[in-house]
Amino acid sequence: MSTTTPDTTETAPVPAAAPVRRTRRRGERGPLGTALLHGGLVLASLIALAPVAWLCYLSLGPDKDDYLHPGGIAGKLTFSNYDFVLRHTGFFDWFRSTMIVALGTTVIGVLVAATTGYAVSRMRFPGYKQLMWVLLLTQAFPIAILIVPMYEIFSELGLIDTYWALIAVNCSTAVPYSAWLLKGYFDTIPFEIDEAGRVDGLTPFGTFFRLILPLARPGLAVAAFYTFITAVGEVAFATTFLLDDSKYTFAVGLQTFVSEHDAQWNYMAATAVLIAIPVTVFFYLVQRNLVTGLTAGGTKG
Amino acid sequence: MTVAIDRATGKRRGDRAPRPGLGQRVRNGLQKYWYAYAMIAPVVVVLGVLVGYPLARGFYLTLTDANSLNSARTIGVNHIDATYKFVGLDNYQDILFGPTAYDRFWSHFLWTVFWTAACVALHYCLGLGLALMLHQKLRGRTVYRLLLVLPWAVPTFVTVFSWRIMLADSGALNQLLGSLHLPQPEWLEDTFWQRFAAIMVNTWCGVPFMMLSLLGGLQSIDSTLYEAAEMDGASAWQRFRHVTLPGLRAVSSTVVLLGVIWTFNQFVIIFLLFGKNSAPDAQILVTWAYQLGFGQQPRDFAQSAAYGVLLLSILTVFTSFYFRWLKRNDQLAV
Repeated sequence: MSTTTPDTTETAPVPAAAPVRRTRRRGERGPLGTALLHGGLVLASLIALAPVAWLCYLSLGPDKDDYLHPGGIAGKLTFSNYDFVLRHTGFFDWFRSTMIVALGTTVIGVLVAATTGYAVSRMRFPGYKQLMWVLLLTQAFPIAILIVPMYEIFSELGLIDTYWALIAVNCSTAVPYSAWLLKGYFDTIPFEIDEAGRVDGLTPFGTFFRLILPLARPGLAVAAFYTFITAVGEVAFATTFLLDDSKYTFAVGLQTFVSEHDAQWNYMAATAVLIAIPVTVFFYLVQRNLVTGLTAGGTKG
Repeated sequence: MTVAIDRATGKRRGDRAPRPGLGQRVRNGLQKYWYAYAMIAPVVVVLGVLVGYPLARGFYLTLTDANSLNSARTIGVNHIDATYKFVGLDNYQDILFGPTAYDRFWSHFLWTVFWTAACVALHYCLGLGLALMLHQKLRGRTVYRLLLVLPWAVPTFVTVFSWRIMLADSGALNQLLGSLHLPQPEWLEDTFWQRFAAIMVNTWCGVPFMMLSLLGGLQSIDSTLYEAAEMDGASAWQRFRHVTLPGLRAVSSTVVLLGVIWTFNQFVIIFLLFGKNSAPDAQILVTWAYQLGFGQQPRDFAQSAAYGVLLLSILTVFTSFYFRWLKRNDQLAV
């Protein structure tokens, strides 16, 4: 739906205007320019699409070596890989783990970050600069710096191989990120709303919970979605901290198809498609908001 | 009362003549700003526990000779206490100037710098090119935009495996090259081609974000500027050079900084593209640090943590120089 409607609005005026003035305005393209433009974009789209399309195609071939003879797949298309993955692997266990970790991170991360985002958007207090600097700096943390001490701490606490460990490490990046992102969003809500609330006798907490939070729902949604996606895609900590294969998240589970000795590319491809399709569809629904949210924190600071 | 709505209160300091003592000031501050402190408390606590404490602990580890044989661990029901000892700055000395410093640190450092520069340059140029193309009035540009976002939408750990299949010895890419009678490099075995492949895959993954951010930037440039430039007889190149690029400055400086940080720390692509224990020369510092800490036996926790500290210092230095440079050029966006 959304992909077709803007086209009609864009192209509609063209036939009406074309017969009136035949000469091109300065800055308008000739047919060659248009062809080049389409050519470039088609080529770029093909490159963008190819790896994913190839994965989908290979997932339909029954043998693990089919990727060596892709021509042969067309003759024997089958869903047997999907059948196998859904029935004989830990797919649903992985799904459950991924959901627990990602949703846990999202809920905790956004809840904790929301008030801070508001505070740094509206208030200036001693320590404000330092806090903003810390929030920004944690974005630059390489995983290498936290993974070793976290591993030590968690193994002392007996938390290795638990979901809590992963939720905690994911929160260490999700919380500052969400706070930063939400600050950008709160900045776009007019300050007059706060003032009106204060005049009516609300405390800053009251203003925040009763007036601002309901208005900020789209911003919260973006922060939540972004945290969720990041937590789903987290590889390093999940690979290191999860030992029991029934607790693997997708990011770890997918690796199990490809070991040093044996690569079951067909099952891997089918699983990858099963993971990628819902995430991608979901992503497309919100991607426009994502970019705005992502750069708002940066450009409007 | 007036604390929450900032701006006015933050600057109203000059009217208090005698400076009260420290205790009094802390008490005044708490009274005046307690709303703000209560609101940031959750984040401060979480960051303190989840980032601050591990960071301090990690820094201490770099001053010891900790590895998986002498760290505290539990085998079955037996708990073994840690036996590692304090060695001062030996780890740093060893990493930066030791006999194997070049093979282990500096070669990876050079490759990481090259990797970051190459990837961010490619991200930016391709992203800008595509954004400019999508910014034109064009039939079906919404469809193009959706297709071009695809690499960003699919989780990275999924697409990297897809690339691995395509780059395999007789995978799709080499079959394609073979049918065109072009040489078929060993993408995943030869060091040069490993690095080439890593940059290629990371570029593929990173362009969509740049493209969308820059497209947003392009759309926010006032179109009357272009009209004015055209009236003054500016050529297409001059309009790009003097209207588009300055108009994109704020967005560009943000996305380039993010791009450098993300690329420098890019773990997933290299880790998954080459699998465990292969391609030692294509590892960037982050994956190499991980390799030291978790990819070998015995696990060298102290050196891995030291790499972490070095990486963070490099990024901190880079970021502060970048900010200073932005400030001097008056392009501060963040």
